[in-house]
Amino acid sequence: MGIILETKGLSKRFGKLAVLNDLNISMEKGEIFSLLGPNGAGKTTTIKMLTTLLKPTSGDALIDGVSIVKDPYRVRKLIGYVPQMLSADGTLTGYENLLLFGKLYDIPNKEAKRRALEALEFMNLSDFASKQVKTYSGGMVRRLEIAQSMLHHPEVLFLDEPTTGLDPIGVKTVWEHILKLKDQFNTTILLTTHIMEEADKLSNHVAFLSRGKLAATGTPEGLKSSLGKENVSMEDVFIHYTKESLDTEKSFRDLRISRRTTSRLG
Amino acid sequence: MAELEALKISHDPTEIFTRAVQPALWLLIFGQVFERMHPMNGPVRYIDFMTPGILAQSTLFIAIFYGIGIIWERDLGLTHKFLVTPTPRAALVAGKALSASLRSIPVMIIIYLLAIFLKVDLVWDPLRILLVLVIVIIGSILFSTFSLIIACLVKTRERFMGIGQVLTMPLFFASNAIYPIDIMPHWLQTFSRMNPLTYMIDALRSAMLPGPVSRNILLDIGTLITVSAVLIIIGGSLYKRVIT
Repeated sequence: MGIILETKGLSKRFGKLAVLNDLNISMEKGEIFSLLGPNGAGKTTTIKMLTTLLKPTSGDALIDGVSIVKDPYRVRKLIGYVPQMLSADGTLTGYENLLLFGKLYDIPNKEAKRRALEALEFMNLSDFASKQVKTYSGGMVRRLEIAQSMLHHPEVLFLDEPTTGLDPIGVKTVWEHILKLKDQFNTTILLTTHIMEEADKLSNHVAFLSRGKLAATGTPEGLKSSLGKENVSMEDVFIHYTKESLDTEKSFRDLRISRRTTSRLG
Repeated sequence: MAELEALKISHDPTEIFTRAVQPALWLLIFGQVFERMHPMNGPVRYIDFMTPGILAQSTLFIAIFYGIGIIWERDLGLTHKFLVTPTPRAALVAGKALSASLRSIPVMIIIYLLAIFLKVDLVWDPLRILLVLVIVIIGSILFSTFSLIIACLVKTRERFMGIGQVLTMPLFFASNAIYPIDIMPHWLQTFSRMNPLTYMIDALRSAMLPGPVSRNILLDIGTLITVSAVLIIIGGSLYKRVIT
């Protein structure tokens, strides 16, 4: 299979606060990898560094052999990214939203149109292609955004809390389509989530972050059995590995972001 | 980017009309009243003098608040998506600025319509109007990029609104929009000559009003393009700061 993404001592400090400390993880091609942990554990910071939005304070990561520190421009061609907030343009149609990103990824016009239609079909959005995105449900916007981030056929797809704020049906369809991406296109996906069922259901490997440090990593099954008890759920694993950091101090920052999500498509 | 903005406007045309109110008030009320004071010692009517100034002013007012949209996009997460694409940042900024300039085109049309109504003595040669359009677009790019830079520095809507207000009025009053530079106090003249809006208005007057286009217009447009280019480069390097 081969390693597609590898972090080497990846660290980030904001002033004196160490948000991420010496992270070493690796992902195999074609797998789904979940980054888990309480609010403020460093998940979003990790994704921002891997997607070249934020420079690491020290350390590096290689995506398909390309350094995020030395060659962020080439990395951007290799990755797709869907941020936490639902952020497709509400006044444009689904199809227009896709074409815009075709332009930004420098895909020739004709090819972009073909891929956009194909992506809408794949995400079961064909019937809504010419409707304005503000008429979409949350799950549909998310699927559209995933389609958007896949248009240039990236090696690695980053999904930051892909199902936060969605209703149960939205969550279910997004899950189905994430699995479909992996099955049909062998897409490598790194996602963060607070829903342990999501991590359990989708991922081949998970990593728990706690206070900016890697607390545990492995397969969902492996981590469950590591607790040495019967009937262990991922929630139990989560609490076991991150309990020392369950203070509420940092969580208000994430609250602000989820409030933004609710008021998005004005 | 510009295409995107055009699509957005076509989906919601109401905003074009709300934007037309302000220049209409300036021309219809301020212009008419001021005219009665006979402020121009010469053959040029005040309303003729003022119309290019109001076109530039409208462009400035629309463009200078463009940054608020940048902050809005940041909150939506759109900026994050733009920044992870391989498109160079300066190109993103230039595209944004060009799209901002589209919004000043309807205003230009409305000012021309008002000018007919007020019998303003404008040149109707299509080539000259095209020249006016080019100047409006360049001016728009300049001020919207300036606005984007401020947005990247202040990062919040509240601070941005404050700074936007503080900047707009001095730019407007320290220009030759509604009075000639010659009658200003000396210190204001100096400031006015450093104000890009002055160059824009100078170019517009030359292109819009009767008489041959003055050679100065090359200097004016050259200055506007140079300043825009510098601002776009600065904006390109600051754009990512809006997300931190």
